[in-house]
Amino acid sequence: MSEQTPGIYLDNNATTMVAPEVVEAMLPFFTEQFGNPSSIHRYGDRVGRALRTARAQVAALLGATHDSEIIFTSCGTESDATAILSALRAQPERREIITTEVEHPAVLSLCDQLAKEGYVIHRLGVDGHGRLDLDAYRALLTERVAIVSVMWANNETGTLFPVEEMAEMARAAGVMFHTDAVQAVGKLPIALADSAIDMLSLSGHKLHAAKGVGVLYVRRNTRFRPLLRGGHQERGRRAGTENSAGIVGLGLACELAGAALEHERTTVRALRDRLERGILTAVPHCFVTGDPDNRLPNTSNIAFEFIEGESILLLLNRHGIAASSGSACSSGSLEPSHVMRAMGIPLTAAHGTIRFSLSRYNSAAEIDRAVDTLVPVIEQLRRLSPYWGEDGPLGDAQTPGFSPAYA
Amino acid sequence: MWDYSEQVQDHFFNPRNAGPVQDANGVGEVGSLACGDALRLSLRVDPEREVILEAGFQTFGCGSAIASSSALTEIIKGMTLDQALTVTNQDIADVLGGLPAEKMHCSVMGREALQAAIANYRGERWEDDDHAEGALVCKCFGVDAGMIEETVRANGLDSVTAVTHYTKAGGGCSACHEEIEEIIARVNPTAVAVQAPRAPEPPQPAAPRVNTLQRIRRIERLIDTLRPELQRDHGDLELVDVDGRTVYVSLKGACAGCQMASLTLSGIQERLSAELGEPLRVIPAAPQQIAC
Repeated sequence: MSEQTPGIYLDNNATTMVAPEVVEAMLPFFTEQFGNPSSIHRYGDRVGRALRTARAQVAALLGATHDSEIIFTSCGTESDATAILSALRAQPERREIITTEVEHPAVLSLCDQLAKEGYVIHRLGVDGHGRLDLDAYRALLTERVAIVSVMWANNETGTLFPVEEMAEMARAAGVMFHTDAVQAVGKLPIALADSAIDMLSLSGHKLHAAKGVGVLYVRRNTRFRPLLRGGHQERGRRAGTENSAGIVGLGLACELAGAALEHERTTVRALRDRLERGILTAVPHCFVTGDPDNRLPNTSNIAFEFIEGESILLLLNRHGIAASSGSACSSGSLEPSHVMRAMGIPLTAAHGTIRFSLSRYNSAAEIDRAVDTLVPVIEQLRRLSPYWGEDGPLGDAQTPGFSPAYA
Repeated sequence: MWDYSEQVQDHFFNPRNAGPVQDANGVGEVGSLACGDALRLSLRVDPEREVILEAGFQTFGCGSAIASSSALTEIIKGMTLDQALTVTNQDIADVLGGLPAEKMHCSVMGREALQAAIANYRGERWEDDDHAEGALVCKCFGVDAGMIEETVRANGLDSVTAVTHYTKAGGGCSACHEEIEEIIARVNPTAVAVQAPRAPEPPQPAAPRVNTLQRIRRIERLIDTLRPELQRDHGDLELVDVDGRTVYVSLKGACAGCQMASLTLSGIQERLSAELGEPLRVIPAAPQQIAC
């Protein structure tokens, strides 16, 4: 990309720009406000006050009843691990976990490890649109289950799971419920006080705060065992000196996100739809993955048949457009993402899925330029593809027109 | 984002010889949609002299798959078929200024397509001799799970150290030791169930005092035992000088300029230090040291 061309950032589910106001709010905590909030003197006291404000700001965005239900952590992954491991330690007689096949690796890899340690992991499958079977879920809710951990919104497709309903079902069965809401917080209204959700994870850098700060919401009276023990920070539930600048920034980011929720629901969604319509109209043999009627307002995941995702991203990047791909092409395991596999996306398309994720900082002009750039990129790669002929694909998803003798 | 060399980017953004060759008389097709990359290589061969007049590629795959295909066609144009058959995947990677370890399979796919295309021209059947690949485990030395499994099974290996000695896997940053332990446990369940908290260091008998000459000879002997491994990858290594705890070596062949060179050196350094029982630094010799 030439230095003159301004970049277009459509990868906000990966991470977001830190809002300028948030940077501004954080800066003093690297300089004059350096105190340790645990200290009794005024250096510490000022920082302590700022953390209290941030905690209230987070609690407000989540609709939590008490500020003390907010525990600051270092990231979404830490929050997820704390929640799941806490549930297992607090209820040692319960040896099962219910989750889904399409969770973030923060949950899936931990569950893989717990399976090796003897826990029973139930991974709920999804249908072609990434939806869960709630009857199958209900059948698994027994007193042997320590915790249900189900994401609110899928990071790749934006598909929403009915976590509020699932939390009610878990509560009725006497089972603890955790949701990884890293992609949902700041994009959807959330009212935890009115829900049966016991624990919720969020990550600062997904909503225009800095990297290195996250939150675990723990409903009051939920049995809890800390992951990190030590000092009395976070009321002894997460020891370690606070990332005060990060926390202060996250607090303000939550306030800004709350004020922008309506904008997300209307303007950002309209931009996303404009992008999607533009692509689907101009590019043959591509389709939206996930559940288009029930997803985050900012996310569009499109599968382009007969070409591979990384190539698309490299060419887009050259034109200054940043998006991401579910396919992780690396040695030996050239498998499409676990989310695409779980939905049964045909192999002709699963390697060519591209995720566009918008934010409130994107404009209509950017979206139009992205569409104009993408169309020739797809054509260019299809001309190179052995699965593509003069006027379209050779064969179809069931019988591709190119089938090498040596796979 | 991958750390692609300028050559990879150039071949990807400006692919040479893209598209099928008209009147091709040798076509090689490898890969599949399931694998995530596939390549059709078409050749027009002069039947009189068996020279490749034209080569064209069509590739479904990532950036380095397309770049490897493009580089391959440039390498083989003008070669006789017998010359072309000596082209290795390392040759393709070299033209591209190296590939990330995770992407070396792209150059392997290029070599396979070439062999398949020549076999097709000659009316022969090409046999794929590639071992079953698995996920990449050791990123320092580019060793995948399939290779480790086979080696553990074939040799009854029961420790990470042994796996490192046989495959190099785990000899670098050591982050993959957990995965290697799991592979050992899976493939060779009779291996010791309880692992020591640290991967055991090679035994270090109380070293008798050695004089400088003996010490340098030991270093030389050790380097000689390491050379076959490098020669297998078309590289080589030579001891240039020993100055206190610093061992100067010169990397040759495919090792010279290879972006894995620093990893290779750190692996060698670890082996030398362990075997001699003293911390050593292994660094490439400056040109004047080689001249002396």
